[in-house]
Amino acid sequence: MTEIKSHPVDGLLRTDRMPHIWCPGCGVGTSVNCFTRAIEKLEMDLDKLHVVSGIGCTGRVAGYINVDSFHTTHGRALAFATGLSLSRPDSKVVVYSGDGDIAAIGGNHLIHAARRNVDMTVICVNNYTYGMTGGQVTPTTPDKALASTTPFGNFEHTFNIPNLVAASGGTYVARWTVFHVRQLTRAMVSALKHPGFSFIEVLSPCPTLYMRRNKLGAAVNLMEYFKESAVIENGADTRTVALNEGKTVLGEFVNVRLPTLRESYEERMKEALGEKFVPYEGSK
Amino acid sequence: MAKSKPIVDTGIHFIDGNMACAEGAIAAGCRFVSGYPITPSTEVVEHMAKRFPEIGGMFIQMEDELAASICFQGAVWSGVKGMTVTSGPGFSLMMEHVGLAAALETPSVFVDVQRAGPSTGLPTAPAQQDMMQARWGSHGDYEIIALSPSSPQECFDYIVTCFNLSEKYRCPVFFMMDETVGHMHGKVKIPDASQIDVLERQNTTRPPGEYQPYKIYEGSVPEMVKVGMGHRIHITGLTHDEQGYPAMNADAQQTLVKRLCSKITDNVDDISIIKTENIDDSDVVVISYGITSRIAEYAVNTTREQGINAGTAQLVTIWPFNDRAMMEIASKTKNIIVAEMNLGQIVNEVRRAVGNAVPVHFLGNAGGRTISPELMIGKIREVTR
Ligand code: SF4
Repeated sequence: MTEIKSHPVDGLLRTDRMPHIWCPGCGVGTSVNCFTRAIEKLEMDLDKLHVVSGIGCTGRVAGYINVDSFHTTHGRALAFATGLSLSRPDSKVVVYSGDGDIAAIGGNHLIHAARRNVDMTVICVNNYTYGMTGGQVTPTTPDKALASTTPFGNFEHTFNIPNLVAASGGTYVARWTVFHVRQLTRAMVSALKHPGFSFIEVLSPCPTLYMRRNKLGAAVNLMEYFKESAVIENGADTRTVALNEGKTVLGEFVNVRLPTLRESYEERMKEALGEKFVPYEGSK
Repeated sequence: MAKSKPIVDTGIHFIDGNMACAEGAIAAGCRFVSGYPITPSTEVVEHMAKRFPEIGGMFIQMEDELAASICFQGAVWSGVKGMTVTSGPGFSLMMEHVGLAAALETPSVFVDVQRAGPSTGLPTAPAQQDMMQARWGSHGDYEIIALSPSSPQECFDYIVTCFNLSEKYRCPVFFMMDETVGHMHGKVKIPDASQIDVLERQNTTRPPGEYQPYKIYEGSVPEMVKVGMGHRIHITGLTHDEQGYPAMNADAQQTLVKRLCSKITDNVDDISIIKTENIDDSDVVVISYGITSRIAEYAVNTTREQGINAGTAQLVTIWPFNDRAMMEIASKTKNIIVAEMNLGQIVNEVRRAVGNAVPVHFLGNAGGRTISPELMIGKIREVTR
């Protein structure tokens, strides 16, 4: 008989939905652990935290966090979250999804949510592949890497996601790996406290598909690689942080305070309409 | 500075259908609209953009219709009433989130000011070519509700009905306008707010732990909820159980999808609005909807003056299709003409519903122009000869 042990962050997870769907060694769960610890650290009011996911392995996160959560459509979690965030000025809305979901099919929504500086936190777990559908190439798959749809190696240029988000107007941009759990947790704390569009790219192993196909060993090997290749450069110019063989630039790249979408809207309307302006407060 | 307009702009106005639609939505309690510009629907959102900041609502122009059709659903789950507005090409993009709204049971209103397609087609020219897309456009089995207005006044009146139905049945509700109705000016009477029947959002009163978001406690529709009430809801587009949790098996699929459909199909009589005139013992009834009903009214009145025993049936509600009402019309007339600005969509529904009871004739075009009264008068004469 196996004894079921409890875990310190059980209250933040939907334990009635365990076991989760993630493979052994998958980094998504590690990132979720960091996320629950960040929530705990911030002593957040769980009635005012909403998690929205798109589709994919990481897209299942919304289903395991024990707060009001939505599992929406592929790539569009950001747009759903925009409506939710605008309607809940007192809440923190978190979009938790993968690289394919956020940077490929959701790319247009990503750049515009960042541009608008919508008050939300985006956690993008980048494992260089589409896990749920069997390991296809994504915009972040490294050069020459094998994927089920690049059987002869990837030949496309890859996204430097932090640079994309920073250039689009994101006001908090960081990158960590699931090896750097303490730093990642701290970054999540900062991102959750940040008013406006905060974005964390989390590099993470997909041992089942990406790593096996590319003969990269077990999850632990990628963790070792993350450790060895990590170069921490807080405040780095995001144009220089593209992921290159042998060098993984990590850190908090952008952290500026600019008016959020709601703040800009209210300022504009007050100026234009004066007393006649009635702020949008959602349903309260 | 001039004073703000009241929330419900009571009075007699001379406005177009698009503006009447916007005012009706406001009167129905809509406070969040996400849209993307597309002719001939844009005036609806332009009007919202102007009105909302003074009445505590918000309009946001999104990056595309994919975003516009889900952004407002995020607002709806926060507890407000929301909608999106578009036309043909944008309607095509929105289909993904029509399916989402059906699966999540988001009370949601989609306005489609129809223009001639396919593809970019003939912008600014009217059509009624999206009627089947409204019904079947997203993948999978599901049911929706669709209404179609024939005048600016009906744009006001029936968008309110759309919102009420979306609250009652928690499904995508389509307001199938067309370019002509959208841009046609007419007298619109906006009643006093107290005289407008508005169904407010009913959130569950069950406490956390005693509530499941997709359980049927009463009737055929689950009780709505919003974020922040302590229920820790999980809402997913995956096939789900009563708790809202993914349920990846065929039995759960059967249960959920059948319920999503039956909550609409079991309530056709409650949902359906069909206006008939002079159908008893008639020689012909013209069945139509939207702007085509205005033309039918004129054509039928003209031919009646010429001694032809003709009647009209205006389908205000198109979906769910009211087979029984069609049978009733068939039992009272000798001929049916279905007139619509497409090459034959709703006519096939009518034929399916009435079978061989009476001949069902078709009068349509490929969009781009309304059906002329002369053509319709000619058709009425032809079938009653
Ligand atoms: S397929 Fe890859 S990303 Fe998906 S759960 Fe398994 S290891 Fe994680």
